[in-house]
Amino acid sequence: MKGIPFSYSLRNLWTRRLTTILTVSGMALVVFVFTTILMLAQGLQETLVETGSYDNAIIIRKGSGSEVQSWVDRAQAGIIETDPIVATGADGEPLVAKELVVLIGLPKKDTEKVSNVTIRGIQKSSLPLRPQVRLVRGRMPKMGSSEVVVGSSVARRFRGADLGDELRFGTRQWRITGIFDAGNTGFTSEIWGDVEQLMPAFRRPVFSSMILRMNDPSQFDAFKKRVETNPRLTQEVKRETRYYLEQSEMMAKFLRILGISLTLIFSLGAIIGAMITMYAAVANRIGEIGTLRALGFRRRSILLSFLMEALLLGLCGGAVGIFFASFMQLVTVSTVNFQTFSELAFKFSLTVDITVKAFAFAVVMGLAGGVLPALRAAHMNIVEALRTK
Amino acid sequence: MQILKILFKNAFRHKLRTGLTILSITIALLAFGLLRTVINAWYAGVEASSAYRLVTRNAVSIIFPLPLSYRDRIRQVDGVSEVSWGNWFGGIYIDEKNFFANFAVDARTYFDLYREYVIPDNQKEAFFRDRKGFVAGRKLAERFGWKIGDTVVLRGTIYPGSWEFVMRGIYRGREPNADETVFMFHWDYLNESLKKTAPTRADQVGFYMIGIKDPERAVSVASNIDGLFKNSFAETITETEKAFTLGFVAMSDTIITAIELVSFVVIIIILAVVANTVAMSVRERTNEYAVFKTLGFGGWRIAGLILGESIVITMMGCAVGIAATFPAATAFAAAMGAYFPVFKVEPATIWLDIVFSLSVGILAAIIPVYRTLKVKIADGLRMIE
Repeated sequence: MKGIPFSYSLRNLWTRRLTTILTVSGMALVVFVFTTILMLAQGLQETLVETGSYDNAIIIRKGSGSEVQSWVDRAQAGIIETDPIVATGADGEPLVAKELVVLIGLPKKDTEKVSNVTIRGIQKSSLPLRPQVRLVRGRMPKMGSSEVVVGSSVARRFRGADLGDELRFGTRQWRITGIFDAGNTGFTSEIWGDVEQLMPAFRRPVFSSMILRMNDPSQFDAFKKRVETNPRLTQEVKRETRYYLEQSEMMAKFLRILGISLTLIFSLGAIIGAMITMYAAVANRIGEIGTLRALGFRRRSILLSFLMEALLLGLCGGAVGIFFASFMQLVTVSTVNFQTFSELAFKFSLTVDITVKAFAFAVVMGLAGGVLPALRAAHMNIVEALRTK
Repeated sequence: MQILKILFKNAFRHKLRTGLTILSITIALLAFGLLRTVINAWYAGVEASSAYRLVTRNAVSIIFPLPLSYRDRIRQVDGVSEVSWGNWFGGIYIDEKNFFANFAVDARTYFDLYREYVIPDNQKEAFFRDRKGFVAGRKLAERFGWKIGDTVVLRGTIYPGSWEFVMRGIYRGREPNADETVFMFHWDYLNESLKKTAPTRADQVGFYMIGIKDPERAVSVASNIDGLFKNSFAETITETEKAFTLGFVAMSDTIITAIELVSFVVIIIILAVVANTVAMSVRERTNEYAVFKTLGFGGWRIAGLILGESIVITMMGCAVGIAATFPAATAFAAAMGAYFPVFKVEPATIWLDIVFSLSVGILAAIIPVYRTLKVKIADGLRMIE
C-alpha cells in the first residue's frame, strides 16, 4: 500500500488554524532572530572584507594589530617605498602611499553622543590605490591646505560634518570640500585629508601605515620576507584583504556566538510549542489513526505522515521568519568595532548560505518537535485506537 | 482555596502538555533573566563609578595623550583634592583571547583615589617598593592562577616589546559591584622604559584621574580644568567618572539595543506557546463549558476559570524559571567571568519576570475566553471533537 497522501497533512494543519498559526509564529520569531544576527555578522564582515583589495599590501608595525596603534618612520618608509614590488600607476608615479590613521571624537546627529571617527591622512597616490572611492559632491582637498573630504556615512550620521561645514581639531579649522562614497566599505565611515597637514596638527612625527599596489601579487611572500627580515624595519606586511578580515574577526565571532547561543535557547521554546501542537494533533485523531491502520496503512506511513505535518510547520515558520528578516536588509546600523575602536556603518546582508542555514534550522526545529508525537501515533494498537471515541 | 484546587486540577488534566508548557516558560524566563543580567553587567562600570572622581582626557579622542606637566596645573584648581594619572597599556598575556584591562598608573595616588580597592597593607607596601611590581584583582588572579611573587610577561601592542612584571598584591572590591579584573602596574616603569626606547613618547599621560572635595561642584571644577588648556595644542575634556564610563558603554549601544529587543522576542515566543496550550484545552472542553452554562454558571465565572488556569500555568513556569535563574547566572559567570567583571541578577529582573508571566497568562487567555463566551449553549453541547 502506498503512503498517506500529502494533502492529509496539509489539511490537518488548515483545520486547526489558530493552533497552527500560533505554533508557526513562535518558530518564525526564532528563525527571524537567528537570521538577523547572522545577517549582522555577515554584513560587518562583508563591509570590512570589501574594504581591502587582494593586490594591495599594507605595512604596519609588528604586533600593533591595527593601523591606529602602528607607526612607520620616514626612514623606514623610504626603504619600503623603493622596493621593486611597488607597481607604477598610469601617470608613471609609484603606487605607494604613506598614511596617518587617528581617531577623533565627533557628536552624532541624533543622540549628540560623541563617537570615534577614523581620520586618514592621505597622499595623492592613496586614491588610485582604492578604486572604490568616488567623489559624490564637491571636490577633493587641495594638497597642502586645511581641507578634508568626508565619507558619505560620516556626513549622514555626524553633526556639522556636511559639505561646506568646518571641523575643528588639532588647533586648526578644516573645511569640508567634498563628500565621497566608497560603497559598502569601511572607507565610507572615514574622513580624509592631506597627511602632511594632519601630521603636524596631531603632533605626530611618524606615519601610521603604508599601502602599496604589488606589480606581481604572486611575489607577496618574497616581499613579506624582505621586509620582515630587514633589521632596519620593525614592520610586518599583510595583504590588505587579510588585514581587514582580521579587523572584523573578533566582532563577527562575538555576534555569531551570541546569535547562535541565543537562538538555540529560544528554539527549545519553539520546539516545545511544536511538540504540544503535534501531541494534540495525535491525541485528537486516535480514532482516525486506528481507521487508517485498519485500512492497511503501515506504521511507517503513519509516522511519515505526522513527521510531514511537523516538517510543514517548520517550513512555514522558516519561510515567514526569513521573509520578515529579508526586510532588515534595508536597515543600516553603525556600531563601534571593538578592535579598531572606531564607528563603522554597515548593512544587514542576507546570503544564500544564511537562507539555507535558517531553513535547515527551521526544519530541524519542526522535526524535533514532531518526532516523539509521531512515534506515539505510529506505535498505537489498532484495536485500542479504534475503541477510543 | 476551593477554586485554586479546581484550577490546578484543570491545569493538570493534560499532564504532558502542561508540563511541556511550563518547561517552555521556564526556558524563556531563564533566557530573559540571563540577557537582562548581561545588559546590567555592561553597565556595571557605570554603577560602580564614584561621584568624587573626574576624568580628564585629550579633547580630540582618547588615543591622544596629555603632557605630564598638566598634573601640577590641575592640582592648583580650586576644589581638586588629589590628582592621579595613568595610561591604557593594552598588553596581551600570551594570547589575544586572554583579554583583560591593564593600566600603567601612578600607584600611590591611584590607590588613594580608589578607596574601594582593598589591598592588605603589607602587599601595598611591597607593590609601592617594587618598580616592576603589579597588583591584580582577585578574579583576574584566580583566572590565571597567579600567586604573589609570580612573574608575568605582557606583550605590548601600543608600547612594543615584552614587559616583565612581578605580582606584589591582590586587591578586592569593597562593594560587590567593584571590578576585580584589572591589572595595574607602575606608570614610572613604563615612562622610564620609554625614555630609553622612544623618548618622544615619554612623559605622556593617557588620562588624569581627579579627586574632588565636593561632588556638587563637579561641573564647575571640570570646566575650570578645561579652561586652563583651552587653545593649547592638547585641549582637554573633563567629565565625571560616570559620564566617562557611560561614553564607553554607549559605543556599543547598538549591540545592547539588539540584545534588549531580542530579550523581549523570547517573551512573545512563549506567549505563542502558552496561547496555543490554552486554546487547545478550551477547545476540548467546549462541551463542559456548555454544561456549566446550562447549570446556571455565569459567563464571567467560566472566563475566570479559563483565565485562572492560564495564569496558574504561567506562574508555575515563572517560579521554576526564577529559581533556575540564580544557579544559571552563577554558572554563566564562572564560564564568562573574563568578559563580565560583575555578573549578578538584579531584583528588577525578577520583577520583570513576574510581570511578564502574568501578562502572558492574561493575553494567552483572551481569544479562548472570547470564543467560549460567544458559543451558544446548544452549539456547545452539540460540538464533538
